[in-house]
Amino acid sequence: MTVAAPATALEEMPLADKAARRPDKAGRFGQFGGKYVPETLISALAELEQAYDEAQADPKFKEELAHTLKDYVGRESPLYHADRLSEHYRKSDGGRPEIYLKREDLNHTGAHKINNCIGQALLCLRMGKKRIIAETGAGQHGVATATVCARYGLQCIVYMGAKDMERQALNVFRMRLLGAEVRAVDAGTRTLKDATSEAIRDWVTNVESTHYILGSVAGPHPYPMMVRDFQRIIGVETKKQCKEKIGGNPDILMACVGGGSNAMGLFHDFVEDEGVRLIGVEAAGEGVDTNKHAATLTMGSPGVLHGSMSYLLQTPEGQVIDPHSISAGLDYPGIGPEHSWLKDTKRAEYYAVTDKQALDAFQLLAKLEGIIPALETAHAIAYLDTLCPQVPDGTTIVINLSGRGDKDVNTAAKLLGADA
Amino acid sequence: MARLKKDGRKAFIPFLMAGDPDLATTKAALLSLDEAGADVIELGVPYSDPLADGPTIHASGTRALANGTTQAQVFQLVKEVSSQLRAPLVMFQYFNPMLRCTVDTYCQRASDAGAAGLLVPDIPLEETAAVRDIASSHGLELVLLTTPTTPQDRATAIAQATQGFLYLVSVAGVTGSRASMEDRVEGLISMLHSVSDKSVAVGFGVSGPAQAEKLVGWGAEGVVVGSALVSALGEAASPEEGLKAMRQLADSIRAVTA
Repeated sequence: MTVAAPATALEEMPLADKAARRPDKAGRFGQFGGKYVPETLISALAELEQAYDEAQADPKFKEELAHTLKDYVGRESPLYHADRLSEHYRKSDGGRPEIYLKREDLNHTGAHKINNCIGQALLCLRMGKKRIIAETGAGQHGVATATVCARYGLQCIVYMGAKDMERQALNVFRMRLLGAEVRAVDAGTRTLKDATSEAIRDWVTNVESTHYILGSVAGPHPYPMMVRDFQRIIGVETKKQCKEKIGGNPDILMACVGGGSNAMGLFHDFVEDEGVRLIGVEAAGEGVDTNKHAATLTMGSPGVLHGSMSYLLQTPEGQVIDPHSISAGLDYPGIGPEHSWLKDTKRAEYYAVTDKQALDAFQLLAKLEGIIPALETAHAIAYLDTLCPQVPDGTTIVINLSGRGDKDVNTAAKLLGADA
Repeated sequence: MARLKKDGRKAFIPFLMAGDPDLATTKAALLSLDEAGADVIELGVPYSDPLADGPTIHASGTRALANGTTQAQVFQLVKEVSSQLRAPLVMFQYFNPMLRCTVDTYCQRASDAGAAGLLVPDIPLEETAAVRDIASSHGLELVLLTTPTTPQDRATAIAQATQGFLYLVSVAGVTGSRASMEDRVEGLISMLHSVSDKSVAVGFGVSGPAQAEKLVGWGAEGVVVGSALVSALGEAASPEEGLKAMRQLADSIRAVTA
């Protein structure tokens, strides 16, 4: 397999450096990415880029980040061998896969989102800004943002779709308890897309005093790169843990993708390791053949949303289509630009699973392993049904268990009724 | 649009959203604004995710989409009405729908329909060069925006690259009526005059004649009024009442910018 990097000096670099060089200076991953924002935001993006570059070059910043991730977040997160889940997928020929779960659900606040929020909060302090805004879908990024704002004494405003506030009421309460102001967004489908638009509008308006902690590998440059870098710890630890537990790289890495931050975090350090299959699992909602899904890479086409060029669910006239997923965190019509690039270069594969499949996987993991995953994460688990029969005995699969499911029990209880 | 500056009078540049409350009313409103003495008219093409717009224009675009307004219908409207207008029409168009049909096809359609210019609010200077080349090849002028947060060297580059006039966004913020006009706008207008001889039109947040008069006093060659007109037209009890309210507001602003 070849990775379509431009044929320049990049080709001669060590593999790890090559990966670190994406995107290019303009924030492009191939044709994807870039900065498609109103002029008002350009100076703020330039300021952020500069602050990020300076921070990356400052050993003190790296030290403080590492220290906070250890003592406050609880890293490193375990890589857990899910034996009963692996056994569940034993085939009639006697072979079975060996499934490992990267336990990001055990992080403080219950998901991978905190990794990025700590990094951006430290950056925000360097820039001297005191007001933080964020968008949230499932509420995990909102909770993580509210958490770091409490930790560092920053004002916090979280934009959340009114529909998501209903289905993630527990997280709304958590954010408020942490001192954040949660602003309901009633526009459009009242979900993540509209919350993101509203956060960007706030930023355009208060850009001189405010830092926007974008929660995914989406948005204008430098966000897709910066959020990936703050999440890449997931893959770095996984690589080291795999070496210890199985003596080398796993065969397959798998993660759910909405905007794509947990997947990018897991994948990044393996992109140049061409023997490792990278699989992202999207939300097919009620099915990709219906108009109620959020399978951007499977069904979308290139377009521009929220500041970057990437795959997008859109009409023939270029209006953004309202997505649907049972999980608020995947209910998004766009996708991080680096995923679009990984798809087009065929370095990663993307598939979609339905609400129902995700709900089944949600229960399966609870019953077999005593772990209740987030509904987002359950999408990655669900793809095992398709994947496991296709792979040979002993295939090692690492799934990013990106978040825990406490926040989803009300939704699941409503849907499952007495069946659970 | 070049005649703006020539005859020394100040330009009144109204904005309307196509298809709100319906396309027939938009057509009547365009003719009415032209009769009221509009110098340029910006016509918004409804879009699902208008990042640069505040609640008034966002809601207007949502109403237009909800009643089924399409890009094809907007071009049809422009085709029907442009030859009857004295004022040149500038399409206020978010980038994704242009990209979807290709920038070239979009510009071809806009030009065929009789539009004179194009304003794309969600792309920065770096992305405009490619769009301008294509727009120019179809005889369309590309109007660029500069903002209070734009550093002077960048504002200078924008002033040099813009066509027709230079659009100064008066606030760090989205579109929408505001009660007052920030004093720093005066300094921004004179800074722009010192680096370019293009006409400066100020928009975002102009709600009525008082602010328009102030801007003219500060040396602006043009005033763009959007949300206040959109709200008068689109939020009225009936299209007739909306047209009447919009015209009254337009006349009052024209009176102070003449």
